[in-house]
Amino acid sequence: MPARESRRWEEKTLVQTSSDAGGLQSIPALLERNVAKYGTFPAYREKEFGIWQSWTWSETAAEIEALALGLINLGVNEGDFIAIIGRNRPYLYWSMVAAQMVGAVPVPLYQDAVAEEMAYVLGHCGARFVIVQDQEQVDKVIEVQDQLHQFEHLIYLDPRGLRKYDHSHLHQFSHVQDQGRAAHDEFITELKARCAKLDYDSTCVMLYTSGTTGKPKGVVLSNRNVIESAKSSSEFDKLRRDDEILAYLPMAWVGDFIFSIGQAYWCGFCVNCPESADTMMTDLREIGPTYYFAPPRVFETQLTTVMIRMEDAGTIKKKMFDHYMAHARKVGPDLLDGKPVGFMDRLKYKIGDLLVYGPLKNTLGFSRVRVGYTAGEAIGPEIFDFYRSLGINLKQLYGQTEATVFITAQPDGEVRSDTVGVPSPGVELKIAENGEVFYRSPGVFVEYYKNPESTADTKDPDGWVATGDAGFIEPETGHLRIIDRAKDVGQMADGSLFAPKYVENKLKFYPNILEAVVFGNNREQCTAFINIDLSAVGNWAERNNIAYASYQELAGHPQVMETIQRHVEEVNASVAEDPMLSGCQVHRFVVLHKELDADDGELTRTRKVRRRIIEEKFADIIAALYDGSNKVSTVTEVTYEDGRKGSIKATLEIREAKVIPVVPQKVAAE
Amino acid sequence: MLDASEGYTTADGRKIGGVVMEMKNITLRFGGVTAITDISFDIREGEIRAIIGPNGAGKSSMLNVISGFYVPQEGEVWFRGAKRPQMKPYEVARQGIARTFQNIALFEGMSVLDNVMTGRLTHMKTGLLSQAIWKGKAEEEETANREVAEKVIDFLEIQHIRKTPVSRLPYGLKKRVELARALAAEPKLLLLDEPMAGMNVEEKEDMSRFILDVNDEFGTTIALIEHDMGVVMDLSDRVVVMDYGKKIGDGSPDEVRNNQDVIDAYLGVAHD
Repeated sequence: MPARESRRWEEKTLVQTSSDAGGLQSIPALLERNVAKYGTFPAYREKEFGIWQSWTWSETAAEIEALALGLINLGVNEGDFIAIIGRNRPYLYWSMVAAQMVGAVPVPLYQDAVAEEMAYVLGHCGARFVIVQDQEQVDKVIEVQDQLHQFEHLIYLDPRGLRKYDHSHLHQFSHVQDQGRAAHDEFITELKARCAKLDYDSTCVMLYTSGTTGKPKGVVLSNRNVIESAKSSSEFDKLRRDDEILAYLPMAWVGDFIFSIGQAYWCGFCVNCPESADTMMTDLREIGPTYYFAPPRVFETQLTTVMIRMEDAGTIKKKMFDHYMAHARKVGPDLLDGKPVGFMDRLKYKIGDLLVYGPLKNTLGFSRVRVGYTAGEAIGPEIFDFYRSLGINLKQLYGQTEATVFITAQPDGEVRSDTVGVPSPGVELKIAENGEVFYRSPGVFVEYYKNPESTADTKDPDGWVATGDAGFIEPETGHLRIIDRAKDVGQMADGSLFAPKYVENKLKFYPNILEAVVFGNNREQCTAFINIDLSAVGNWAERNNIAYASYQELAGHPQVMETIQRHVEEVNASVAEDPMLSGCQVHRFVVLHKELDADDGELTRTRKVRRRIIEEKFADIIAALYDGSNKVSTVTEVTYEDGRKGSIKATLEIREAKVIPVVPQKVAAE
Repeated sequence: MLDASEGYTTADGRKIGGVVMEMKNITLRFGGVTAITDISFDIREGEIRAIIGPNGAGKSSMLNVISGFYVPQEGEVWFRGAKRPQMKPYEVARQGIARTFQNIALFEGMSVLDNVMTGRLTHMKTGLLSQAIWKGKAEEEETANREVAEKVIDFLEIQHIRKTPVSRLPYGLKKRVELARALAAEPKLLLLDEPMAGMNVEEKEDMSRFILDVNDEFGTTIALIEHDMGVVMDLSDRVVVMDYGKKIGDGSPDEVRNNQDVIDAYLGVAHD
């Protein structure tokens, strides 16, 4: 346990906070204010050794100060970059703030990135210091350190397994803090001077975008970007000091930075860190966050788990669940939006709440959620409605790293599954002629680090930023609707619109389908790759006594193929109803023998499909999809988690799906 | 080479101390069957010592002699500089020797945490009555012991199954829980009876990592029996090889690997 006495900090900050609220131009300044205003309230909690350990704002400030002094002691200069790698832990959040205090720039990295990916980012920003969680990350950095010319010191949190390592450039986190405390008198004036220099224009953080194409780019966000965005979004959702969040999404992702640092420091609410990635669900239930954020995938997985468990439940329970869920779907969303609902329906909903919704929400850890967001990808309407019908205020949000998250968000009472909401406070929107969405806001990033060409490509001199997404604003509601990535939107050979994501999302809404990739740009017909969801399909196989030895075998099982074919045909029917996109029906498809994976470069770390790479890698399968053959043999290279490579061979069956014949011109004429 | 009293330094730079346990001319018989014939070897402070041999060589019997479960008819067991008198296994446990079993021996109906807590039993001093009343001393003691248990749980990364009944766990995890229970006793000497039996490659790698970490982090002396030669050669500092109850080799993995008797025992020899 680190020492947690709050020392002289309190007296000192109480004197200093005479500066007005307008002077809060950096995260360290907000920290100082929080110590004065909320000193004894919890700022961080982390479950360790089975117990939730907590730190108040005062204790947090003392910890961060000790670390900042320790960093000066190690020789961190203003303008240095400090890379931070690890899972969500209070210590690593403190590292980011300590880095800011000493005038350095924190650069959080994805902890599951392989060494080579890390080498690129560490080399690109020229990080002199790296703060990591454990041996695994230490090993990765040491593996690539020869490629890094500026790298000097490595600080680690967990000493386990590291005793025998050469410690000339390796430091334990708590030792750095101890040295900082010891050198308090020597460096405190220096630290204060550096802190005082921070203003709205200084860099707050640099975040590398996952990059669906090419190398990641370092997005530089200023204090203005972060604090203004945190402030307006907190006001938009009326976030308070007593809110609770669970920090479990990657620290390198802009969303986590805004929620766990930006908004947390602005509002003064408590950030809870789970014990480990595996205990996330238990910790979620124990904390019961009031403000919750998750990508659609998390909601999908949870819903799938609920459904699987209900399939296994007894008849009475299952009947009760089905009955009350049907009622919840009918009136739940209206109740949430404050629309009029009849007395009997309300009463029945109350009973349902007692019997089904309440316990279910408790199991999911959503009992106290006041504001919930999903973003990053489109969410299936059924999934979205499921959570809303339970009375969970789940909303959609559209954002980007370059915008410091917020572009649009759904206000309470105007929530729909097919839009992403109205422009967030302070955001202006415009739609270009080709349908691409542009925005301008106080959150717009400063630049891509060391990449003026890309900066100029993305941000014009007036401050308008291209999102890269095609969409339109609904005239009657003012809500933004996103169709697809602008560069993915193309044309079929006959000139009709090709929007792969639109079809893929429809496919992915089926629990059995984990991932889908649709092809068809400049082609006569659309075809698709499908990834089955192993937990959903595996459970189905178990219940139906279908034996399988591997993912590959299950994916190629005739009955699975039948099911997927039904899904594809249903999607075709639904796509056919949209006159603009009816050409995108899937004519032929294949169920892939391996899961698309970020380690193989097929997905980004945030699990977005990288089309170009998939097209190259599986060129043989795509060719087979278009040459009319009903089978294709292929060998695919795979990368294991530790970086080793192997290959899998498979013979895949290609299926034809029924399409609904449509003649778009006629529809248009009527 | 080895000095009788001083200890030695391993290839990776670890300092191995003096003799912790010494087996002197052990012979163990079950009725007319001689399971172990006149075997002597020592285990040194901080080392990982492997006992290997073909099936039926008497490895597990040897481990049971070390743990005090079997009493040899001839020979002496010296532990930390003193000759060990005949002891009950729980007395041996109190001396700081903990073990895991070839066939998992956990309390299946109890949670992982409770199982790990049973490893702390030898450290609990309060009586049955005060534990039942659950006040003062007993409560303090349980808190202190729980802390140790939680550190072990954290160390072996089994937090997510802390409250799960053992019967619901897969085999690989059960093995890890058993190791956790042994570690919770904070042993001076840890005996592992085939810790990797029946595991897949990934689980073996994890387990090896944990064994090395335990040795490195807590300085625990480890004696293990294992069939997987790759694992044994990678993990251990010194290896004893047994065949038909006799010691046929003793030394570093490299020495043992090149020992003709050992090769013969494993590959067989032509009888002409």
